[in-house]
Amino acid sequence: MTIQTLAAGASASTAARGFRAGALVLLLLLLAAALPLIPFVVKVNPYILNIFMQAVTYAVAVLGMTIVLGYTGQIHLGQAAFFGIGAYTVALGTLVLGLNFWLALLLGVVLASLAGFILGLTTLRVGGHYLAMVTISFQVIFDLILTNWIAVTRGPDGISGIGRPSLFGYTLADDKAYLMFCVFVLYLVIFGVWWLPKTRLGRAMQAVRENEMAAEVSGVATLVVKVVAFSLCAALGAVGGALYAAGFAYISPDNFSFKISIEFLTMTLLGGSQSPFGGALGTVLLILLPEWLRFLKEIYMAAYGLAVILIMVFMPEGIWGIVSRAWRRLRPLRPLAHGPVEPFKLDFPLTDTAPVLQLVNVQKHFGGVRAVDGININVARGTVHALIGPNGSGKTTTLNVLNGIYRPTAGQIIVDGKDLTHTSPHVRAGHGVGRTFQNIRLFPALSALENVMIGAQRAHNPIERSESALRRRALSTLDFVGLLDRADRVVRSLPYGHQRLVEIARSLAGSPTLLLLDEPAAGLNQTEKQELVTLLKRLRGHGITIFLIEHDMGLIVQVSDRISVLNFGRKIAEGTPDEVLRHPDVIAAYLGESVHAAA
Amino acid sequence: MSNLSLNLQLLFSGLAVGAVYSLVALGFVLIIRATNVVNFAQGDFAMIGAFAMVTMLTALKLPYWLAFVLALALMTVFGVIFNYAVYYPLRNRSFLPVIISTLGASIFMQNAVLGIFGPQPRPLEKVFKTPGFEVAGVFLDSQYLVILAVTLIAVAFQYFFFEHTLLGKKLQATSQDKDMARLVGIPVAWMIALTFVYSATLGGLAGILIGPVLFVSIGMGSTIALKAFSATVIGGFGDVTGAIVGGLLLGVVESFGAAYISVPYKDAFAFLLLLVFLLIRPQGIFGEKISEKA
Repeated sequence: MTIQTLAAGASASTAARGFRAGALVLLLLLLAAALPLIPFVVKVNPYILNIFMQAVTYAVAVLGMTIVLGYTGQIHLGQAAFFGIGAYTVALGTLVLGLNFWLALLLGVVLASLAGFILGLTTLRVGGHYLAMVTISFQVIFDLILTNWIAVTRGPDGISGIGRPSLFGYTLADDKAYLMFCVFVLYLVIFGVWWLPKTRLGRAMQAVRENEMAAEVSGVATLVVKVVAFSLCAALGAVGGALYAAGFAYISPDNFSFKISIEFLTMTLLGGSQSPFGGALGTVLLILLPEWLRFLKEIYMAAYGLAVILIMVFMPEGIWGIVSRAWRRLRPLRPLAHGPVEPFKLDFPLTDTAPVLQLVNVQKHFGGVRAVDGININVARGTVHALIGPNGSGKTTTLNVLNGIYRPTAGQIIVDGKDLTHTSPHVRAGHGVGRTFQNIRLFPALSALENVMIGAQRAHNPIERSESALRRRALSTLDFVGLLDRADRVVRSLPYGHQRLVEIARSLAGSPTLLLLDEPAAGLNQTEKQELVTLLKRLRGHGITIFLIEHDMGLIVQVSDRISVLNFGRKIAEGTPDEVLRHPDVIAAYLGESVHAAA
Repeated sequence: MSNLSLNLQLLFSGLAVGAVYSLVALGFVLIIRATNVVNFAQGDFAMIGAFAMVTMLTALKLPYWLAFVLALALMTVFGVIFNYAVYYPLRNRSFLPVIISTLGASIFMQNAVLGIFGPQPRPLEKVFKTPGFEVAGVFLDSQYLVILAVTLIAVAFQYFFFEHTLLGKKLQATSQDKDMARLVGIPVAWMIALTFVYSATLGGLAGILIGPVLFVSIGMGSTIALKAFSATVIGGFGDVTGAIVGGLLLGVVESFGAAYISVPYKDAFAFLLLLVFLLIRPQGIFGEKISEKA
C-alpha cells in the first residue's frame, strides 16, 4: 500500500466517523424534540407527569449552578432561596397583587437578580470561601422569613391555588401542555448556557475559574464577571421557581430549604458541572433516583452526602465528563480548520518619544520591610529594558506594583502619560500593560486558542470587536510564536516550553504597548532559551516596549537596550549592558565587595 | 429586675454561648491554616460529640466523667477517619472539590445520625447538678460558668501547645508552607491528620458543653458552624485571637438582639453582622490584608 492510499483510507474513515457523529447528534435532537410530545400520544400516569414537571423546573435552577459553579468556579449553596424568590413572587404577585403571571415572573427574576447582585458584590470581593458561607446564611434567613413573616408569606402553611399562565390567549391549564411549555423553556436555557462559553463573557468566566489572578492581569474585570455570573444564576433560579409554583399550584417553605439547595448542588456535580447537558441529566437522574430507591427512604439523604464525596473523589467531571470522553473517541480527530492565517501585527508608531513607562519614587513596604524603597525608572519607547538584581532585591515586587497586583506605599506609575497608580490590574491591561509570570499562570483546562483569545479580548484592544476577529487575532499570534498547530490543545497537556510561549502569546494578542516579562527564561533549556531570544528580537522589530526581569545574563546582554539594577529595594545602577556590567556597585552586589573582572 | 442587671445577665449568657462559637471557630481556623480549606463539617463535630455523650450517659449509663473522656476519645478517632475519608483523597486538588467533599460529609453525618437516633432532640445533663447562683441580681448558670472556664483552659492550652512545644511548631510550619515543611523533614500528612483530630476533639467538646443549653439535635451543628464561620470572618480570617474575639462578640450581639429586637430572627443577626463586616472591613478585626503572591 502506498502512502497516498493509506492517507486516502484514513480520511475516508475520518469522514465516515464524522458522518456517524453528525447522524447521532441529529437523532438526539429529534428525540429531544419528540420527548414532550409523548404524553399527548401515550397515556401517562399524572404522577409521572408531576415528577417530570419537578425535574424540568429544577433543571432550570440547576443550569444557573452550571454557570456559577461549573463555568466560574464559585461555590453557591443557596440556590433554593433564589428558586423560592421566583416561586413566592409568582404566588403572591398573582394571588395578592393581582399581577399577570408574566409580569410576576419578571418581577421575581428582577428581585432574585438584585439579591444576587448585592450578595455577590459584598462577598465576591473577598474571594473563595466567603460566597459559600454567605449563601448558606442567606438561605437560613430566607427560611426564617418564609416561616415567621406570616402576614406576608402565610408561614409554614404555604400558599395554594396558584394559577397557570396563559400563552397567546391559551391557558396552559392542561398538565401536558404546561409541561411541554416548561420543556421548551428548559431547552432555551440549555441552549443559552451551552452557547455562553463561546462568548467573551463565558470565556472570561472560565478564565476566572482557571486562574483568577491571570484573568485579572489579562484584562478580565474579575469582580464584574463573578457578580454577573452569580446574578445570572439567581435569575435562572427564579425562573425555575416561578415555573415550579405555577406547575404545582401549591408551595410552602419546605420546598425552598437548605436541603433543596444541596440537592441542586448534587445534581450539578453528578451530571457534570461544566456542561448544561450534564446539569439537566444530573437533575433528571436525581429526581428519578429516589423513586427507584424507595427502600432507602430513611437514609436517602445520608446516601446523598456519601454520593457527593464519592463523586468528588472518583468522578470530578460528573457523568457528562465520562460521556464526553466517549464522544471524543467517536468524533473524528481532525486538526483545527482555520484557513489562511493573517500575519501578526503590532503596529505602534514610533514617532512619540515620551517614555512608555515612568516609575516615580515608587515604594512598597510590607510592615517594616522596605521591599521597594523609592525607585525611579523611565522606560523608553520601543526598547527592551531589563531589571536585574540579586535575589530579594525587589524585582518581582516592583513588577507586581507596576501592574497593580500590589498597591504601592508611595510613588506614581505612569504608562503612556496616564497615571495608573490607583487602578486595578485589569484596567492597566486595558491601557496596554501585558504581563507573564515567573511560574506560568495559564488557564490550564482551556485550549491554547482560548487562552490567547482571552488575552485578545481585553478592553480597548485596537482590533475589530467581532468574535471572528478575536479568533483570527489569536490564531495569528499563535502562529507568530510558532504554536499554530497546537491551537486546539488543552494547555495543561503542552510541554513546559510551549506553555511559556502560550503565556507570551496571550499577552501579545492584547497588543500591549508595554510587555512585562517575569523571568521568561526560567526553566527553559538552552535551545528554548535561544528561541526565546529570537522571539524577543523579532518583537523589537514590531515597535513594542518590553520590560523584563531575568537572571540569565547571557540572555539579557543579547536582548536589552538598557538595564536597571536593584539591590535592597533601591536602584544602584542604570545604563547600557556594557556600562552596567562594569559598574563597581553592581559587581559588588553580585559577587561581594572584593572586585573581580566581570565576565 | 433592674435594667443594669438585665443587661449584665444578657452579657453573661451572650459570652457563654459566644465561647462555644469560639471553640468551633478555633477548629475552623486550625483547619484553614493547615489545609487552606473551610471545613463545612466542623459544626457537625459538635453534633456528633453531643450525641456520643448522650449515648454514653443514657444508653450505657456511664458516670459523667468517664462518659466525657470516652466521648472525646471517640472524637479523636473520628477526626482520623474524617481526615482519611474526606480530605486525604483530594489533598492534591484545588480547594473547590475539598470544600464540596466536606459539605458531603456534613450531610452524611447529619443524616446518618438521624437514621440512628431519629429526629427527636435529646436533653443532656449539665456538668454540675446545681443550677447556679445569683450574684448582684444576675443569675450565673453553672453550665455557662463551666463553658467559660473550659474555653479559657482550651485557649491557654492551645497557646502553650503552639508556642512552646516542638509539635506545635511543626504544625505551625506546616500551615505556613507545606513544601518547605516537607523539605525540612516534617511529616506533613501526619501534621494535617493531627489538625483534623484536634479540631474534631475541640468541636466535640463544644457540642458536649452546649448540649445542655440547646438540646442535642441533628441540626445543632450547622447552626453553630454558621455562627462560628461568621466569627472567623469578623475576627479576621485564619486568625486565632480573631476567632475567639469574633465568637464572643457574636454571642453577645445575639443575646442582646434577641432580647431587644426579635426572638424568631435571632439566627439572622450573625449573618447581618457578617455582611456589615464584609462591606466595611472584609479583613476582620485582627486580619491583615494580604494579596496573593504573583
